[in-house]
Amino acid sequence: MIEFHLDPGSGVSPYMQLVRQVRHALRLDLLRVGDQLPTVKDVVAQLAINPNTVLKAYRELEHEGLVAPRPGVGTFVTRTLAGESLAAHGPLRQELRRWLAKARLAGLDDESIEALFMTTFRAASQEDIA
Amino acid sequence: MSAVLQAEGLGKKYGKRWALSGCTLDIPEGRIVGLVGPNGAGKTTLLNLAVGQIEPSAGSIRVLGGSPASGPEQLAKVGYVAQDTPTYAGLSIAEHLKLGARLNPGWDGALARERIERLGLDPAHRAGKLSGGQRAQLALTLGIAKRPELLILDEPVAALDPLARREFLQGLMEAAVENSLSVVLSSHLVSDLERMCDYLIVLVKSRVQVAGDVDELLAAHHRLTGPRRDAATLPADQHVVSESHTDRQSTFIVRTDGPIHDPAWTVGRIGLEDLVLAYMTPAPTRPTLEAIR
Repeated sequence: MIEFHLDPGSGVSPYMQLVRQVRHALRLDLLRVGDQLPTVKDVVAQLAINPNTVLKAYRELEHEGLVAPRPGVGTFVTRTLAGESLAAHGPLRQELRRWLAKARLAGLDDESIEALFMTTFRAASQEDIA
Repeated sequence: MSAVLQAEGLGKKYGKRWALSGCTLDIPEGRIVGLVGPNGAGKTTLLNLAVGQIEPSAGSIRVLGGSPASGPEQLAKVGYVAQDTPTYAGLSIAEHLKLGARLNPGWDGALARERIERLGLDPAHRAGKLSGGQRAQLALTLGIAKRPELLILDEPVAALDPLARREFLQGLMEAAVENSLSVVLSSHLVSDLERMCDYLIVLVKSRVQVAGDVDELLAAHHRLTGPRRDAATLPADQHVVSESHTDRQSTFIVRTDGPIHDPAWTVGRIGLEDLVLAYMTPAPTRPTLEAIR
């Protein structure tokens, strides 16, 4: 079982924060096939949020084929995101570390690095869409 | 889907002063509705009209399809936690529950006892000896155990410290899921409502400034920043909610359903708090947008 939390200053809508936290837990193998997600009532009682927010998040995850509801019981994980991608994390992290070291050497501070990464990331994903 | 609250040109006058006027609303069922506005805007008046504690001076209001307080059946459908979560100081918690059972035909005694126990309250305790947070929880328990379809709360957490406030709202949301309640609650603090409400009503100076589904409202409002220009030069489908200018720059909050094409603008999204503040800021040129879906 995982526990949700909300970051009010993140600018990400609460339902999307819940979706991302589940995906994140799946990627890190914290949630596995057959695991149960917290019930809507539990999430609502814990975070004091609108029940529809939780329902919307769970519907989205269901739509992505990651979870499935069992009526009267709860919502369960049906697919995991860990696996092949997890194996690739190590080498990618190493490359990223080397890149970060180069960026620092070139005189970029933390903010500039983050800005450069985000603008490149956004530009690349826009090219993918186009 | 049926409406939980419908108002048409609703108004209430005290002497010569309109505490609420021209209020038109159509709130769907199953929502958590936030009613925001500064103190004295007419929030309590609207809620008192909805529960039938006062009669309208103009227009009409229907709650869950019926006229407020029109009979025992209507009274049973609507729960009300009034401002400052009033309880009887001299009565014990157990006596409050007994009173609730006597006064409410649909009373759920098991739910009430279970909730009091879960809160760790001693039924023999007098309400007068409870902390503000505990008193609010007692009032909420009474409101829930009545098993209403709609629970109305007037500034329930205004006087509570942050922890008690969070615990109260957790209990409220839990009850909303468990009993499929529709909820209307008022507050002058947007931060209280932001996580919970999926429907928002902004009331300022006795008038509804804007009302609608929170996601739709957020999608339809934008912040435009760019070189200085007059509000009158904006396209007709962009309603200016608020504006501010420096000698070179203009910033507008606009409401529009269409896209914004003008390349001169930097367009940004706004949060619920900014949206509410925009409607609260006096803007003499702005036409009042009433009851937009």
